[in-house]
Amino acid sequence: MNAPLRRVGVVVMILFGLLFANLNWIQAYKADEYRNSDYNGRVQVAEYDRKRGNIEVGGTAYAISKDTGGKLRFLRTYPAGEEYAHVLGYQPVNGGATGIERTENQFLAGTSDQLIGDRVKDMFTGNKTGGGNVLLTLSKRAQDTAYKELQNNEVGATRGAAIAIDPRTGAVQALVSMPSFDPNPLVSHDTDAASKAFNKLEQDKDRPLANRALAETLPPGSTFKVIMSAAALESGYTKQTRIPAGASWTPPTSGQPIRNAEDSICPQDEVSLIQALTESCNTGFAQLGVKLGADKVKEKAREFGFEQDDLTVGQLGEGGLPVAASRTGEMTAPGGATDPAALAQSSIGQRDVRMTPLQGALIAASVANGGSQMRPYLVKQLLAPDRTTSYYTAKPRELRQPVSGQVAADLRDMMVSVVENGTGKSARIRGYTIGGKTGTAQSGPGTPDHGWFIGFALDKNGTPISAVCVELEQAGSGGSHEAARIAGRIMQAAITDAGGR
Amino acid sequence: MTVAAVPAASPASTGEQSGVRLARSRRNAELSLLLLAIVLVAAYSATVEANVLDTVTSDFWIPAATLGLVFVGLHLVIRWLAPFADPALLPAVALLNGIGVGFLRRYDLAQAAPEEREHLAVFAGTGGRQLAWTLGAVVLAAGLLAIMRDHRSLSRYAYTLGLAGIVLVMIPAVLPARFSEINNAKLWIRIGGFSIQPGEFAKLALLAFFAYYLVRKREVLSLASRRLLGIDFPRGRDLGPVLVVWLISLLVLVFEKDLGTSLLYFGMFVVTLYIATERVSWLLIGLILFFGGAYLAYLLGSTVGGPFANFYLRAEIWLDPFGDPYNKGYQLVQGLLTLGSGGLFGAGPGGGQPTLLPEVQTDFIFAGIGEEIGLFGLSALLVVYLLIVERGLRAALAVRDSFGKLLAGGLAFTLGLQVFVIVGGISKLIPLTGQTTPFLSAGGSSLMANWLLIGVLLRVSDGARRPVTGGGPVPRPSGGPPEQLHGAPTEVIRP
Repeated sequence: MNAPLRRVGVVVMILFGLLFANLNWIQAYKADEYRNSDYNGRVQVAEYDRKRGNIEVGGTAYAISKDTGGKLRFLRTYPAGEEYAHVLGYQPVNGGATGIERTENQFLAGTSDQLIGDRVKDMFTGNKTGGGNVLLTLSKRAQDTAYKELQNNEVGATRGAAIAIDPRTGAVQALVSMPSFDPNPLVSHDTDAASKAFNKLEQDKDRPLANRALAETLPPGSTFKVIMSAAALESGYTKQTRIPAGASWTPPTSGQPIRNAEDSICPQDEVSLIQALTESCNTGFAQLGVKLGADKVKEKAREFGFEQDDLTVGQLGEGGLPVAASRTGEMTAPGGATDPAALAQSSIGQRDVRMTPLQGALIAASVANGGSQMRPYLVKQLLAPDRTTSYYTAKPRELRQPVSGQVAADLRDMMVSVVENGTGKSARIRGYTIGGKTGTAQSGPGTPDHGWFIGFALDKNGTPISAVCVELEQAGSGGSHEAARIAGRIMQAAITDAGGR
Repeated sequence: MTVAAVPAASPASTGEQSGVRLARSRRNAELSLLLLAIVLVAAYSATVEANVLDTVTSDFWIPAATLGLVFVGLHLVIRWLAPFADPALLPAVALLNGIGVGFLRRYDLAQAAPEEREHLAVFAGTGGRQLAWTLGAVVLAAGLLAIMRDHRSLSRYAYTLGLAGIVLVMIPAVLPARFSEINNAKLWIRIGGFSIQPGEFAKLALLAFFAYYLVRKREVLSLASRRLLGIDFPRGRDLGPVLVVWLISLLVLVFEKDLGTSLLYFGMFVVTLYIATERVSWLLIGLILFFGGAYLAYLLGSTVGGPFANFYLRAEIWLDPFGDPYNKGYQLVQGLLTLGSGGLFGAGPGGGQPTLLPEVQTDFIFAGIGEEIGLFGLSALLVVYLLIVERGLRAALAVRDSFGKLLAGGLAFTLGLQVFVIVGGISKLIPLTGQTTPFLSAGGSSLMANWLLIGVLLRVSDGARRPVTGGGPVPRPSGGPPEQLHGAPTEVIRP
């Protein structure tokens, strides 16, 4: 019986040899693949093992990491809840991050190349340095005001957005999208609860996760007339040039007459350009558009930033929150020739014209800043974990020059006239020169109109301090009036925060 | 010639060289190896605490020392009752058992809230329970050595053991699922909060029966044959017993939903049959029957479903675990990722993330340990297992009666096969089945049954190494060697 016993011994050795070979396959050959697999929770555990940096606004941290001591050690917490949600975004355990949490992830997590020195130091000291801190351009006061005023708007709108930028630099002062959401449940370490919270938000018909200030477009209505005015001024018109108006005007190829919002607006045959903007004269701008031609209108809109589909708001280098392209849309009839009816409607910001609130603010900012449009940004500075070294400081740069200084000055006067004498009176701030343009856009058959306001604030030296765009989706009657009022409050807050320059 | 632990061999045996060689008991070697194993376990515990708690508490050594006391106790019992037993078995098993307890305590630490970790009671949780089970299992093994002074006395109860074995195998299959099913495998008897795995004990009882049966039948089974393609095949009517066991193991596969247990029983039987008859044909028949049966079950599972569906599902997961990584394949995928994350050297004891791996305290403990000690550590553990198996086979080679040979050979092989089935299962070498990892997995049944197995191996090896002549320093406990097995003629091979 000894011979088979010896052979059984060999068989056992072969079996163990197979185990050994297989373990080599898994733990040596496939080790890297398995270690970094998407299904491997250790990747995350390692990520959560290091304290993520803060995201701060005006010296206050609005995204912080708390030590829970759990398996995933640090819990991301957003003390301000809904107010900063669309800027900060959130960093969930499972699934993709959004906002600054996503765009500045490497620096916050401490894995950025810039922080390589800290990692090397960690190797020697054995300490675990956290990630770097991101300082945002936002103004606490402006953000508070924008959030509260949108929430408590007097026309009962449930959706909307507000964005304010510094016209001289492009620094974003406030960015709110309504309705907002509380990011805290989404980053819960209880992933089931987190995905439940996420699904609830995603199924909400008001789409609270959408960033309406940057990534959603709506018909801009009469705010588009600022671009029309710019096109006219560049084509030889002056503020005082009289343009054809009237109570009603029917474009040559269409039976649909274009009317003014009220009978009292520009019923006379001709009004001055500045008067047309101040009163928001639809018949005047519709005829102006047809006269200038579709190419001229589209070109001017493009020069203000329409059609750009790769703009991001974050750092001034690469990356940032994506911005949807604003569009002027089709204005041609079947066959390729310009359709005057389409052009006429597009000229008053209807038909297929679509604009983001950011684009609205950029138009106002360009006008206020003498024709120079600064690139918008959110990240002011990247600070090392120990807060002593700065790895990045934003250096404002011009994005484009939509109009000349002279045209900008004329537009500024015209927009100031809107707030002082026309439809934008509710945006007025004592001691400051406020300019702007209201907009009321039809949202569709049977639904309430969208209310818009784009505007800017100049101090007594004529220095621009803030440019803002407020949009109230399907706000109905009085929407643009309320939007102008909210815009005024936001700009006032920005002025106060900037030290009342 | 030095004789280590026992008084010098009597003058009567000096003429017989082999007798003198066997007379060395090597108990002191066993003690030193055992102490080394305990030091290793203590070092493991200290490293775990350093990694998990960032400090080594003042009572890190208590579990290792407690285990040490228990094992040294067994060592003393061996000195007294089985002085010639193989000296490598106890230290090797003690090391595995100690690492198991250490890892389970490490798992408790990971499960505990961070602020409670440092004050986690030494005898609490799975680790503490495993420590208690170890004490019970070692007492059981010592009791076995005390009662069974000669392994041949076991043959007296062969039929009783065989019947008990079949009953133990069948109980979970017959019981309603809620009393017997855990993780989709019906291997348990669950009463209240308590569950035992009767199959663990059944394999010992069945093997004792197989050994006895085959010793009686080996003449017939090995001699009557027909020659085909140069291989001697048994006659049709002699195939009866092997077919019965094959059917039982297939029933186990179908009703207990467990390929591993089925493979274990069948492999155990076929190998003892082969050892008894020295016929390769039995191995071939066994392999063909088993793989044919498994493949048939797979085909039936994919078409008919029903009782075969579970096996089909397991095979599908095995073929492509990453096809459904969050549901069906979750366990296996996480097991592979855990092993892979360990890499060559591992994260260090206490440095891994065992809580990410389901069933890490039982089926997947080898993967959980592997994350922390890496390929090198796992290879060492495999070598320790291999050592135990080969020492068991060595005892089988040296023992002088056929029953002892079959018993020790079968048990040693079964232990090796069980390690192969579970470690191969979690590392995707074969389809995953719910076997325990001997001496490592949390659970009393497995620990007790495997310590009993070691008790039998110790007893057989003692019988094998004991000087043959009656003039040895220790008298035969049973008073004179029984030359005959119960009711059957058997040869006693003189060295």
